[in-house]
Amino acid sequence: MAETAYWEAIRRAHDEEMANDELVIAMGEDIGVAGGTYKATLGLYDKYGEERVIDTPISENSYTGIGIGASMTGMRPIIEIMSINFALLALDTLINAAAKIRYMSGGQIACPIVMRTPGGTAHQLAAQHSARLARMFMSTSGLRVVTPRGPLDAYGMLKSAVRCNDPVIIIEHEQMYNLKEDIPDEEFFRPLEGAEVVREGSDITLIGYNFSVHLCLQAAKRLEGDGISAEVIDLRALKPIDRETIRRSVEKTHHVVVAEEDEAPVGVGAEIITGIIEDCFFALDSQPVRVHAADVPVPYNATLEKAAIPDANDVYQGALKALGKI
Amino acid sequence: MNDADKKRLLREMILYRRFEDRSFEAYMERKIGGFLHLYSGQEAVATGVLEMAVVGQGRKNDYVITGYRDHIHAIKTGTDPKAVMAELYGKETGCSKGRGGSMHIFDASQNFMGGYALVGQPFPLAAGLAMGAKHQKTGQIAICFLGDGANNQGTFHETMNMASIWNLPVLFVCENNQYAIGTRIDRSTAVTDQYKRVEAYAMKSSQHDGMDIDIVMAAARDAIDYVRKESKPYFIEFMTYRFRGHSMSDAKGYRTREEEAEWEKRDPIKIYSRRLVEQGIITPEDIKAMEKEVDDYIENEVIKFAEESPEPKVEELTRYVLDDNPDPRWIGPLQQ
Repeated sequence: MAETAYWEAIRRAHDEEMANDELVIAMGEDIGVAGGTYKATLGLYDKYGEERVIDTPISENSYTGIGIGASMTGMRPIIEIMSINFALLALDTLINAAAKIRYMSGGQIACPIVMRTPGGTAHQLAAQHSARLARMFMSTSGLRVVTPRGPLDAYGMLKSAVRCNDPVIIIEHEQMYNLKEDIPDEEFFRPLEGAEVVREGSDITLIGYNFSVHLCLQAAKRLEGDGISAEVIDLRALKPIDRETIRRSVEKTHHVVVAEEDEAPVGVGAEIITGIIEDCFFALDSQPVRVHAADVPVPYNATLEKAAIPDANDVYQGALKALGKI
Repeated sequence: MNDADKKRLLREMILYRRFEDRSFEAYMERKIGGFLHLYSGQEAVATGVLEMAVVGQGRKNDYVITGYRDHIHAIKTGTDPKAVMAELYGKETGCSKGRGGSMHIFDASQNFMGGYALVGQPFPLAAGLAMGAKHQKTGQIAICFLGDGANNQGTFHETMNMASIWNLPVLFVCENNQYAIGTRIDRSTAVTDQYKRVEAYAMKSSQHDGMDIDIVMAAARDAIDYVRKESKPYFIEFMTYRFRGHSMSDAKGYRTREEEAEWEKRDPIKIYSRRLVEQGIITPEDIKAMEKEVDDYIENEVIKFAEESPEPKVEELTRYVLDDNPDPRWIGPLQQ
């Protein structure tokens, strides 16, 4: 076991997969010579060369399309989009092409790309660098969407995503790249499906993904001090969603909070709660609660930004509300 | 090129014209639904360019990709016309199992990579196919066929730039029929000679008559040679004309009858037939016999196959969205 930062875990996964298979390449802005904006590809350019670690021009739609075209010949590109905000430029090639080619071709042609991108707020990056967009990608059939909460899944899910024959979107988070966790030295894989109970509890279920899992864990600790036992679930995958694990938990606790960094409308919370209502409505003893960002473009001012984005206290308050204590 | 090949090429263009005409009829009979975009008039471009490429050899083929006007490109690349017609009919025996239809002909067994409705997509996809071929050192190239209208998409500019800086072995074939649906090129495009636009990306290019298959083949042979030997992209523009409307629901009010009549005089089949007759390679009677043979083949084999093939099963609606045989090591379940 070794303490590993989120960015190091991603780097290690790249390195292992590229060493294992000549067809694995990396593409993105500043990933090569500059070592990657978040160091996720540090050192790979020197090791594998410019034909396999490709610095792209600022052409998200087309370099993603080139990666997709290469994947149709058997290559396995890991395509980095520097910030999820810029992924919007690549939506045509991603959603109209990659997500649909297998189906339109009657199963003949796969697009085994991985697209990695940080999707979350940092501090005062303002509206055009603060998009979250998890809810946009999870609404498209033909894609897989995963959200690693820490180094273990960042490493393990990237490796699985490279091996998987479907297009996979990995949504990382700007604030987690230096998050550290002990991970095994031996090679391992983490599956692209399946939610995980990261803290067992009996009084209420807190559901999060990506960064919000940590907010839920912090809230759970505080609730423990109040004598409330909270169960925390990491969704891990937003597409497909593991409704079974959610159902089992809600049938146990009867109360639920969904914590999302995205805005609420048509969001992660909307989807999870609808699933709960469909699967175990009568297990609920109270209305489900969504803790989510304000429905505004993210402001630059620090105080306004803080007010717009949920934190651990918001999740804690949401839990008390769900339990009828406030 | 020997006489047998020349006769074959003439027959191919006659076959392609008849295939498209017969599809028109099937559409009017409501056997084909949705959108149907016919290639009539442009046959010399696909036939001539692909004749100079590696086609009809299965997975050894060069990679071919195009937009929604794709039936003939697929057939010339090596796809069975029966599978294409069955796809137009939406049958399970269609090359895309009825899931794609006219605009999404795919045939992985012949490296025919689609069939796309958004005209900007094949540019980067083609460059990516070329990157894959180059990386795997297969000697294949990628050939992308798109119209003049597609060159105004952002992906055109982004892709020409990247294909150039990365030396990707891709041939971009611009079928300039001077209209983007109903908008004539001089109304939408600042530089109407398309081949000039890639100079901005340090890419070699040229422009040629696309109605004469001999001119097409000579130009394509050189371009393909360059792309394959130098591993550099090339942009080749062919001036051509779409005899029918953009699609079935097109009244063509934006073109004059005079203009259409002028171009019909340059029908590629007429040009090539006349030349082969003049050269004594074929007689008008042979050509009539050829047309009859093609008609019979289309009717008794291609249409018959499409008509008699089964529909897809509704129970299989959700197949092919993702990998239907996922490896549990990567997918799950998660061991708790």
